[in-house]
Amino acid sequence: MAVQRPAPDATGASSLRTPVISIEPSGRLLSLGIGELWAYRELLYFLAWRDIKIRYKQTAIGAAWAVFQPVLTMVIFTLVFRNIANVSSDGFPYPIFALVALLPWNLFSGALSRSSVSVVAESNLISKVYFPRLIVPLSATLSGLVDFAIALAVLVVLMAWYGVTPNVHLLTLPIFLGLALTTALSVGLWLSAINVRYRDVGYAVPFLIQMWMFASPVAYSANAVSEKWRLLYSLNPLTGVIEGFRWALLGVERPDPRIIVISAVVVTILLVSGIVHFKRMERTFADIV
Amino acid sequence: MSDVALRVENLSKLYTIGRAHARAAAYDTLRDQIAYRVRSLFSRDRRRSSRTTQFWALDDISFEVKQGEVVGVIGRNGAGKSTLLKILSRITAPTKGRAQIYGRVGSLLEVGTGFHPELTGRENIFLNGAILGMSSAEISRKFDDIVAFSEIEQFVDTPVKRYSSGMYVRLAFAVAAHLEPEVLIVDEVLAVGDTAFQAKCLGKISEVASHGRTVLFVSHNMAAVQHLCNKAIFLEQGKLVFEGETSDVVDRYLHKATRDSHTGHAVDLVSSPARPPAYKQMLTRLELYTDRNVLSTGSVKMGAPLTFQISFRTDRAVPAMDLTLVFNDHLGRCVLELSSLYQHDRPVAQGSGEHTFCCDIPSLTLLPGDYMVSVFLDINGVNVDRVQDVLRFNVLESDYYGGGRLPRHGFFVLKNHWYDEQQQPAHARRPGAHASIRSVGQPASH
Repeated sequence: MAVQRPAPDATGASSLRTPVISIEPSGRLLSLGIGELWAYRELLYFLAWRDIKIRYKQTAIGAAWAVFQPVLTMVIFTLVFRNIANVSSDGFPYPIFALVALLPWNLFSGALSRSSVSVVAESNLISKVYFPRLIVPLSATLSGLVDFAIALAVLVVLMAWYGVTPNVHLLTLPIFLGLALTTALSVGLWLSAINVRYRDVGYAVPFLIQMWMFASPVAYSANAVSEKWRLLYSLNPLTGVIEGFRWALLGVERPDPRIIVISAVVVTILLVSGIVHFKRMERTFADIV
Repeated sequence: MSDVALRVENLSKLYTIGRAHARAAAYDTLRDQIAYRVRSLFSRDRRRSSRTTQFWALDDISFEVKQGEVVGVIGRNGAGKSTLLKILSRITAPTKGRAQIYGRVGSLLEVGTGFHPELTGRENIFLNGAILGMSSAEISRKFDDIVAFSEIEQFVDTPVKRYSSGMYVRLAFAVAAHLEPEVLIVDEVLAVGDTAFQAKCLGKISEVASHGRTVLFVSHNMAAVQHLCNKAIFLEQGKLVFEGETSDVVDRYLHKATRDSHTGHAVDLVSSPARPPAYKQMLTRLELYTDRNVLSTGSVKMGAPLTFQISFRTDRAVPAMDLTLVFNDHLGRCVLELSSLYQHDRPVAQGSGEHTFCCDIPSLTLLPGDYMVSVFLDINGVNVDRVQDVLRFNVLESDYYGGGRLPRHGFFVLKNHWYDEQQQPAHARRPGAHASIRSVGQPASH
């Protein structure tokens, strides 16, 4: 057969594609195409950058929404859960207790709601240009990080106000951040691929997110869940994420390591199956989207 | 083997068109699926195949493109051209067969893919470049060229939603034009923008082609295909029916288009519904010939000869009998009137009975498109019979001017010649020749 011709790059630009492209009916199943994803990292960056850039376009207060959204939610939570329902906050000022959980929660819910409709939202790109399709839900997931960073700055100010200082556990924060993003991506992979065929996903996701929030210790403490339901409760990876955030930032009681392990296992299963499902479906995206 | 840029082997693509209601909805909902499953449980007719239609958009296509070749892909709508391009661009997967591409591929199925209206021109250049597969270093390097090519310099920091459609398209093409792949796959991108910009786009593609790059060019524009491509393949109903030199393939395509056309080539006018009720039937037959004695089926190549043959019957000898042909374009605009009335030596119908007049057009220079013909019969200047929009014929594109481009405005092409009045006409140009009085206003001899 033909010899693989080295790609002479007259332009001096890095060649994005392999010299020989083979187009066949069934791709290598379970091949992640990590190398190709890496080659397209700039596209991932540009798509996420575009999402961030246009998010608050033509709004009067622009990126201030990234501050107002978590702060207003925090105020409402404080009024409802603290002043009316008198929910326990493990001995911390309730506003901080809630905001620490709202940070990963907003990141997660935003990432999930964007990524689950991302493939359909980018149908124009998908039906006209080739690139690794995984980039679409991936960029939708990552584009929430800027809002997260802004909200984190608000939290820092609030913590200083209340005189709460984090300890060395702060260093573990990226782990829980990664867990939140991975959970959103895994579910987003499943839903975005299903959404191509069944647009029901677009209607179901808001309810899913709403229920998920009540099933996560955002407004209340995981300690409020009785012992016998704990393990079942921790099947929700967000339990581990939010407990982790509170531990890392506020120094609450260390979460049960089993919760973190269960969360990590659940996320791994979701992620692997999500990728396999997505890769299997992506070859037909352009035909049915 | 090393000079092969693209090899396609037995490539096939099967599409399944869903049930009628699913097709109308464009996508299924779970409810539809459930309703369908439930219904089919109770229905005796469980044959799914009766509710879905499958067709081969591409059927066992094989061909090879060598490095540096510029290959045109032609065929009517639905012939499989777009499917072929989508497979080769890796947007959709084939059902059977395979293709191999040697080198970096750039495919342009449309211009401006991924442009975001809220982003500025500058931002969109980077975004669109990344989508087309350019690195940001590459885009930065070509940025000034792209802006210059698009002619939008002063608006580069304006959101593209404020652009005119012309500016938008120019910017979009400019980015695409600076893609430098080894194998370029282009689909109809020339069908955008104003005439001047189209010329520029076509020029850019020629330039790409002349730099030894491999180009696969899909177009309906025969003039562009003839101008750009040295080889062509002709697809019909998913099959590759002919490949070879561009001119052969284009001729074959036009011949096929002519033969398959369902427009009338010979129309019986005796009881034509195209005759308004008030008129007395005298016209009997209208026939269309592309060449002497070759009955046309309604398609004629631009610039080709055409003959209308009109028969009519009279009860008595009539001294002054005139026939008029009126041509309307697809928008119903009258573009041309041809009448025996205007001719110095008008034909005269001798005696009663059947007469046949012919109207020879040595070169039909109407622009490509569909035209409707109406026939009027006048006696002594009074219209006595008419059939309106009775025959449809199609003018097919050809490279009339030899430059691969056709005008997009107006109705006709005409022989004409352009030159710089400071210089000798092209055929007499000498290096270093200065302005010559002789050349001023000297008409082109054609």
